[in-house]
Amino acid sequence: MSAPVVQAPQLGQRRAQITAFKAMCGRDCWVILRHDLAGFLAQSLLQPLFFLFIFGRVLPEIGAAQGSYGAQLLPGIIALTLFLTSLQNTALPLVIDFSFTKEIEDRLLAPLSAWALAVQKMVMASLRGIVAGLAIIPLAALILPGGVDFADVSWLGFVVLLLVGPLAGASVGLLLGTAVEPQKISTMFAVTLTPLLFTGATFYPWQALDTLRWFQVLTLLNPLTYLSEGMRGALTTIPALGAGWVALGLVVATAIFGTLGVRGFTRRATD
Amino acid sequence: MAFAVVSDLHKRYRPGAPEAVAGVSFEVSEGEIFGLLGPNGAGKTTTIGAMTTRVRPTSGQVTIDGFDVVRDAVAVKQRIAMVPQRPNLDRALTAIEVLTFHAAYFGFGRQQRRARAMELLSLLGLEGREDEEINTYSGGMAQRLMIARALMHDPRMLFLDEPTTGLDPQSRLFLWDRVADLRARGVTLLLTTHDMAEADLLCDRIAIVDHGEVIALDTPRGLRNLLPGDRGLEIGVTGDADPATVFQRFGEVEVADATDDGRNVRIYATNPLAELVAAADAAGLRVEGVRRIEGTLEDVFVHLTGRDLR
Repeated sequence: MSAPVVQAPQLGQRRAQITAFKAMCGRDCWVILRHDLAGFLAQSLLQPLFFLFIFGRVLPEIGAAQGSYGAQLLPGIIALTLFLTSLQNTALPLVIDFSFTKEIEDRLLAPLSAWALAVQKMVMASLRGIVAGLAIIPLAALILPGGVDFADVSWLGFVVLLLVGPLAGASVGLLLGTAVEPQKISTMFAVTLTPLLFTGATFYPWQALDTLRWFQVLTLLNPLTYLSEGMRGALTTIPALGAGWVALGLVVATAIFGTLGVRGFTRRATD
Repeated sequence: MAFAVVSDLHKRYRPGAPEAVAGVSFEVSEGEIFGLLGPNGAGKTTTIGAMTTRVRPTSGQVTIDGFDVVRDAVAVKQRIAMVPQRPNLDRALTAIEVLTFHAAYFGFGRQQRRARAMELLSLLGLEGREDEEINTYSGGMAQRLMIARALMHDPRMLFLDEPTTGLDPQSRLFLWDRVADLRARGVTLLLTTHDMAEADLLCDRIAIVDHGEVIALDTPRGLRNLLPGDRGLEIGVTGDADPATVFQRFGEVEVADATDDGRNVRIYATNPLAELVAAADAAGLRVEGVRRIEGTLEDVFVHLTGRDLR
């Protein structure tokens, strides 16, 4: 065997971790762009597109909903896409990696702490969530009868939610992806995704639930509620939860689910 | 100088479960090829797991190049590489991407990555296949690609877990050659195997592991010297008489536990076979089979544990 061409870089541990973190993000971007872009977009956009089309276009068309319903719906659908795309893109690959392909082992032997690898998975899934969440907007302009009206947008709020909301979704995904045995994962998704989807103030403004008080309180347990309400507040003039509550809900949810998720991840990463 | 030090390593996966590793200690010198030899379930993979930061020790300590595997996991990971038993290649990538991204994780520059990947692909006989998806790779090719991947970041120590299990004879020979190459490069190597011939051929020193403990540790020659004699016969017998009494006048006798096929008796003596058979006959023992003891590591294992390896 000939001598090695180059010596291994002598990086300090901190630099080595940052380098590995960035290289893994590079790998993930490469895989999406080069191998998986169409699949990723289809997987992320199909469900929100159908929600927009059926609830925002078809129902008003046949008189089952008001024409203005689309304007209420759009912030919720953007929030839903941000949240669920990040959640699923964190949870599903982890289940497969840990249980079947063991691909994660290669990443775990790179010079990176296990918790940093967990954060890397969340960051990249959030990036996917952001791409999907933004991609839904021009499509909504085509689908909704009233188009998309961004006249009253609070850009600062929108951008902050665009960054924080997916992280909340990814932290829930990290917990789901590492919490249960692989045999139980389909049950796990069935019993968590549907409630998340329908109790997240996606299809209705939270304040309109005043007459259904118990349900209104219950939905506060769903982190998606805060993201949907935040988006509604940022994009429309429809009354929504205050910014303080939105920030509190998202930060607390991300902290709790993120901590539990990272703990679950490191437990799965080391026997 | 010791590069890897394992001291009194214990691992219990769940409270109440038996210990997978029950107090293993050994040192691996820089540039040495060290073998962990033992049957399946002996604790070899767990020991490797602890040394590669993937298994958290219940107690005891492991250091690699002076760095503790628990406290300084990142420093350890910078120094080691692992070729696992089961393929764990990044299946979203092509073969060359597997190598170049792996090197990127370790901080290699773009041009170095490509040059090094091409060099290793050719070394491992995969040139011309670099742009193929991993899914198209056969088991042997995947194994070679995992070795190339492990070498991409120029590790100081390489771990090979059952490297030849499931390989065809040609791939096995190829792998043995590569191990010899690595020794020439000064890479410290630790491999696990349950193949005695493989351990004998490749390793400078071997730890024989059974039930989570090291039961012998020496050079292959030193291990063979543990046998009471370097020649003898293993005779399978059925019958009621105690073989230990029947054969003891010929030399040292070991009797394995009885199975459905009778008992295996090892007699370390140079007497002609006919004398031993005659003695068995006289005592009412029926001889079912005979094997010459040639002083292989397999004989050493049987001598130490009283059990056959396979």
